[in-house]
Amino acid sequence: MKQGRLTPWLYLLPALVIMFIFIVYPTGNTIYLSFLDKTSSQPASVNCVEGQPCWGIFENYHYALTNPEMVTALRNNARWLILMVPGTVICGILFAVLADRVRYESLAKSIIFMPMAISFIGAGIIWRFVYYIESGSGEQIGLLNAVLVSLGRPPVAFLSNPAINNYALMIVGVWLWAGFCMTIISAAIKGLPSEVLEAARVDGAGERQLFFQIMLPMIMPTIVVVTTTMVINVLKIFDIVFVMTGGNFGTEVIANRMFTLIVTDTGRSMAIAVVLILLTIPIMIFNVYRFRKQEELA
Amino acid sequence: MRPLSGLNRFFRQLPTHLALVTMCVLWMVPTLGLFITSLRPREAVRTSGWWTIFRPQIQEGRAEYTTYCASCHGADGDAIAAADLSDPALVSAYPRSNRLLTMLRQEIDGGPHLIDPPLPEDTNEALAVLSPIVTYTQTLAGINPEAKLFTLRNYADALVGYKGSQDYLTDCEQGVSSTLAKFRCDPGDLLNPEGMGRAFLNTLMVAIPSTILPIVFAALAAYAFAWMDFKGRQWIFAILVGLQIVPLQMTLVPIARLYVQIGLASTFLGIWLFHTGFGLPYAIYLMRNFIGGLPREILESAYLDGANHWTVFSRLVMPLTLPAIASLGIFQFLWVWNDFLVAKVFLSARPVLTVQVTNLIDPRGANWHILTGAAFLSFIIPMIVFFAFQRYFVRGLLAGSVKG
Repeated sequence: MKQGRLTPWLYLLPALVIMFIFIVYPTGNTIYLSFLDKTSSQPASVNCVEGQPCWGIFENYHYALTNPEMVTALRNNARWLILMVPGTVICGILFAVLADRVRYESLAKSIIFMPMAISFIGAGIIWRFVYYIESGSGEQIGLLNAVLVSLGRPPVAFLSNPAINNYALMIVGVWLWAGFCMTIISAAIKGLPSEVLEAARVDGAGERQLFFQIMLPMIMPTIVVVTTTMVINVLKIFDIVFVMTGGNFGTEVIANRMFTLIVTDTGRSMAIAVVLILLTIPIMIFNVYRFRKQEELA
Repeated sequence: MRPLSGLNRFFRQLPTHLALVTMCVLWMVPTLGLFITSLRPREAVRTSGWWTIFRPQIQEGRAEYTTYCASCHGADGDAIAAADLSDPALVSAYPRSNRLLTMLRQEIDGGPHLIDPPLPEDTNEALAVLSPIVTYTQTLAGINPEAKLFTLRNYADALVGYKGSQDYLTDCEQGVSSTLAKFRCDPGDLLNPEGMGRAFLNTLMVAIPSTILPIVFAALAAYAFAWMDFKGRQWIFAILVGLQIVPLQMTLVPIARLYVQIGLASTFLGIWLFHTGFGLPYAIYLMRNFIGGLPREILESAYLDGANHWTVFSRLVMPLTLPAIASLGIFQFLWVWNDFLVAKVFLSARPVLTVQVTNLIDPRGANWHILTGAAFLSFIIPMIVFFAFQRYFVRGLLAGSVKG
């Protein structure tokens, strides 16, 4: 229906104003603050130390990209991306395919999906307890260490031993998000045309062939969507690390570093936030591109 | 042939069943451990793992009781009706071993109470034997606090935010002064600012408006995007798709400073508006896709009948959009309920559940009984919502799977 030129804006304005105030304006302001020092009153170059490399107005970015803590954080986020994202997606595919073949599908899926309903903080507590080590003479009340001790092994400090603690945290991430990946991939599998699968079976394709040569290529677009979402989630990973290790013992991540400095050193904290959004921009562009393509098809 | 082919099928599928069941068990065990621990008495949590409740319980004093008492009183203590050891009233008359010893040293039926075997002559030795027997008879009578497998006291502690060395209810019964200084020992303690009870109310106060507001504004905007013509419609919507991904972290400090200037720091209104702002891009995206998919003929016939946009929106589109609103509402509600970062920054003076749980963490791991109870209290509502409306939640996820 035709309408006055003003009418659409009456419907849009409340939402647009709120989004401008709470997303667009602060994003710009954060970028501005990232060029200032911790008091937000002088340019960041005052942080430069005599006789050391100085990036001038970009000094906070110098910190965000070269400070040892930040290097650890960037490296850990990269590890999460390389290990935890594929791990979660593969778990999700596995669950979706297995659950598709049994009668108790919805029960199994609910169990795997349940961690999505609780908070990351709650999940952190759950797993702190699983990883807990009794360092005194008492009995091990954490499940994993009790298993180790009953096998005659010494208990392990899962969360403070730098050789393994990052992996311990990633397992929590997989536990949390596998259900999410499973749900979306499962819906894609259910949407596959059954004639194609039947035809392949009639032609004598084994279950493995069927999966790798028919199903997987057909659900690939969905896997891409799930993976990009997981990439974003992992770049922003915060609560789990905050509650389980506080970023200590070499488990620092970008978002936790940003939160740690938020009051004490706002300029640097904001520079870290900008690094974070820069890392998400490729995904953002990809999503907008995908959306526009969808619209053209529709 | 039928039953056989079913069996055949089952065996062919056995690896699938095994793998799936194993994974489900692995996925459930951590949460189950937390839940069981939250129901165990403090001392039991400290000294043994939660899985020990599945083992047969070794009861303290059983061996001594069997040696000295079972031949007359019976294995369950109720063989002699006049001296029924499973009767709480009788057993509570002998709360300590010395009281019991005095009684046993008295003659019974013209002879010593205990003949085969006799009680050790030495008083200290006799007391050492009787002490476990006291415990065991208390267990038989059901009044041994240590023998209880489960308790709800951890939840009481978590709700009021108790941090002392016993438990809140016991302290109140005994009138422990350090506890009385902090608590009044009446239901008003549930609102103690350090407890999970107050945090629960705070979370409700945050979550409900933070769910309704974005849906209202998103519905209006989504209707315009779906059914109105205006300049830049495509572009604004594409920007919106991009905005879904902006990390929260980008906006915390400027908004926090703005709130200090305009007096919204640590207010519910401030956090409602923030969640609304951040929930909107996804909410509009999801609702536009749904509203845009409504059958064109229905809306067009309404326009032809002379209905204006407001009438069509409020009388026609809103009722038809209820499924999408349900998905979105559940999604946003769980998101806000489980949020930690936003509440920590904008509502530090009134901790919500997630923030209060982190306040209870003891780095030495000495209060797992309270911490597990507190964590479970924070799960109750999301779990109910999740299991009751799982279908809608999944639909919301599928409709567009990105969220700030």
